[in-house]
Amino acid sequence: MSIDETRSQSTMVDSSLDQPMEGPKKKRIMNVVVQPEFITVILLILAFIGGSIISPYFLDLDFLLNYTSLFIEVGIMALGMTFIIISANIDLSVASTLALVGAVAGVLFFDLSMPMGITIVLAFLLSAALGSFNGLLITRMKLPALAVTLATLALYRGAAQVLVGDDSRPKLAWSRDIVFPDWFVGIHRVYIPGTSIPLPLVLFVILAIVLGILLHKTTFGRWVYAIGTNEEAARYAGVPTQRVKLAIFTMMGLLSGLAGLIMVSRLSVARYDHARGWELDVITAVVLGGTDIYGGRGTIFGTVAAFLLIIFLRTGMGVANVKAESQLAVIGTLLIVAILVSNLTKRIRT
Amino acid sequence: MATTSDTLQRQRSSDIAVRLARFRELGIVVFLIAVLGMTIAFQPDFLLKPINIRSILLWIPLLTVVAMGEMMVIITRGIDVSIGSMLAFAGIVVGMIFRDVPGFNIYLGALIGILLGALLGAVNGGLIAWLKIPPIITTLGTLSVYRGLVFIVSEGRQIDPNHVPTALIRWSQRGPFGIQWVPYVVLIAVVVAFLAYAFLRYTKGGRSIYAIGGNPEAARLRGVPVETTTFSVYLITGALCGLAGILYASRFGFVNPGETGVGFELTVIAAVVVGGTNVFGGSGSVLGVFLGCLLLGTINVALAVLGVASTWQLAVYGFVILLAVTVDAVIRRELRRATTGE
Repeated sequence: MSIDETRSQSTMVDSSLDQPMEGPKKKRIMNVVVQPEFITVILLILAFIGGSIISPYFLDLDFLLNYTSLFIEVGIMALGMTFIIISANIDLSVASTLALVGAVAGVLFFDLSMPMGITIVLAFLLSAALGSFNGLLITRMKLPALAVTLATLALYRGAAQVLVGDDSRPKLAWSRDIVFPDWFVGIHRVYIPGTSIPLPLVLFVILAIVLGILLHKTTFGRWVYAIGTNEEAARYAGVPTQRVKLAIFTMMGLLSGLAGLIMVSRLSVARYDHARGWELDVITAVVLGGTDIYGGRGTIFGTVAAFLLIIFLRTGMGVANVKAESQLAVIGTLLIVAILVSNLTKRIRT
Repeated sequence: MATTSDTLQRQRSSDIAVRLARFRELGIVVFLIAVLGMTIAFQPDFLLKPINIRSILLWIPLLTVVAMGEMMVIITRGIDVSIGSMLAFAGIVVGMIFRDVPGFNIYLGALIGILLGALLGAVNGGLIAWLKIPPIITTLGTLSVYRGLVFIVSEGRQIDPNHVPTALIRWSQRGPFGIQWVPYVVLIAVVVAFLAYAFLRYTKGGRSIYAIGGNPEAARLRGVPVETTTFSVYLITGALCGLAGILYASRFGFVNPGETGVGFELTVIAAVVVGGTNVFGGSGSVLGVFLGCLLLGTINVALAVLGVASTWQLAVYGFVILLAVTVDAVIRRELRRATTGE
């Protein structure tokens, strides 16, 4: 695929969103229909209707909003993963980064008695370092992202396990008085005053808007698409490909670290097995949202819609008493079906 | 004159290339000796205790059997992370047969396990080869789908030691001619490795695997059946996982839906890349991967003997994969520099 094609494709996306488009009306409608995001939104509506038929609790807005904040980590990491996959890379280490940052925060606060403020700052520094470690190996050593992040998937979670063992921070055996500070724990129980909107959801929406602008409205964002479409061509066109890749992996680390802190705050303990296997949910959300797994195409809007779809599905399965392992199997199937559909719509579009 | 020096230059660089290529498998042996040396320094009777040798030898079969398949997958530029779930599925279903049908023939049971694994592998292969879904996405998806199946089929119940036939457990305890040191499971792994070697080296299908990994387009133009071959490597991997499921039941005497094979993909991939298989595809050798399995098995037993907590295991695998991939990349870069004479 050439750069020209991407450009025409991205104009197509833009125009279908905010500009009236030339050409016959039928073609315009067809263009919207074969956009992967359209399919995601249709599925989202279907899941919503299906869920409300299965259980009356599903339509309870408070319940749904609260359930959202139980999976907010997936959403936050999916935003970063959108950049990664559009650039034709992959990061399998996100859930392990989440766990390691949480574990280190626990050790810093409890074992080294750091103040919580400094702990949080150090945790973010570590997140950036873990992300750029991936990025440096990929850009400097010219290693495939898949191999690097598969290794760090094991390494980061392994390091977390070495640090806190099979125990947690605070340790199970410790007195109940030794806990994370009050202001830090229970972020999901903090609501916007006067409403039932939990704070993590607000955080997610803000991040989605900021990263959406970064991806769709800035030169940096266009570079990401260019790299994913044809890295060689992008480099000849003057795109600082290595620096951009390093930047998005560092950003991915930061977002995973943020997710890690949110999870520790939510559960009020740090453990090495936090979010184990969640890279599956994160990648599923991105791919289901219409991001091309081969790179060069995707939107933040699609990822957000797919994230909501996954939450609806998980909520629906939760209230229908579907076991955790079976839920995972459904998500796995969804991932494969999403790519099948995406391959199909791509064939129709071109 | 120019031609002669040119030829000489090429001759010399190919010498370096050959030497480096030889160095690769030697490198693993050196590393293996280093690990053994370090362990012996702390535990002088490490290799004298039969139990340690047995632990290392019992560690290899499971790893080797699956690693042979994973190696072929990685040579074709693919990856299969669903191996642990396939292993568990075959193990649990055959275990249930043994439990519910007392006196069921264990060879027939093993055959059923291999076929079940092959079936799951075929699903992976079909999705990847013909429906063009990237290998990592397909197998990441089936990793959880197959694990879900394990729970659904077994209803979350473990296959207990008293349900695994004694004759099957003996595979891990006794060897031929009364030799206790080399149990049957080790022989099975060695046979699988030999078959993989013969297949990759002497058959058209085996050569196709390297051809696809080297350059898929060129392979297609030269008439290599790319889709069928890609499908086959995942099918073979599935079948080998099925066999490994049986070996697991023999070795450990139980199959647990939530424990068996979880995270096994990382161990196997570590063994494969430590064995010198190129993560970009196109090259890899049975001997290298076999040595890689031996090395990982030794590291694992050495850690236990040295009293390092089992919590270190995952970090060590991660580090080993990273080290192997990085060293491999550096060697390849130097090799390229040497052959192009820059």
